[in-house]
Amino acid sequence: MTVNVLLFASYADKLGTGSLSLDLEPGATVRDLLARVRELPGADRLPHEPLVAVNDRYAKSTQVIASGDEVAIIPPVAGG
Amino acid sequence: MRSALLDRAIDLAALLREVGDTRNGATILFVGTVRDVNDGRVVTGMEYSAYHSMAERELNEIVREASAEFGTRDIVVEHRLGTLELGDASVAIAVAHPHRGAAYDASRYVIEQLKRRVPIWKLEHYVDGTREWVDPTKSAQPAGATND
Repeated sequence: MTVNVLLFASYADKLGTGSLSLDLEPGATVRDLLARVRELPGADRLPHEPLVAVNDRYAKSTQVIASGDEVAIIPPVAGG
Repeated sequence: MRSALLDRAIDLAALLREVGDTRNGATILFVGTVRDVNDGRVVTGMEYSAYHSMAERELNEIVREASAEFGTRDIVVEHRLGTLELGDASVAIAVAHPHRGAAYDASRYVIEQLKRRVPIWKLEHYVDGTREWVDPTKSAQPAGATND
């Protein structure tokens, strides 16, 4: 299945893009997705366990990703 | 109860009018502004960006939580995005309540949760021409460059 991954702010700078399209096995978790992201150039500069959101909600590393989900890797937030 | 992300200046007077009601005896207006120094570096401006859909959802959720916890529906939060200059209001929280204690508590709750949860980022511009993403997890001043 294909999953779109959004990147923001410093993470988008590190990977040189604001979005990725990843081909994942059905049943893949957030952790599996992060392992795939880590193979990409620049991803070695991401923290070991970055925050991830699935469909606009913070997700645990064990959450299973479904086809069509919107996944985002969230840098440390700095609003206010 | 309302929250919004804005790409224009926040109208503070309008926020006060919006939460105004004769049942309320206390109104708190918190305004976070862009400060000229952060972590010892001279700041000249700030660029705010967001994961729009999630930031709106989290902000709404925080306002709902504050309303339930502190017992008032008169809470409005607006956060600006885009390029801001020194002194510009980046965030404003208006809370009105029959009593001041709960109004202060609700206001504080909203800003602290906002800083913890809402996916908004700021790119600081420094006087030497460099720019850097603010990372409150690394900063000596965890609250970043505003609202202290």
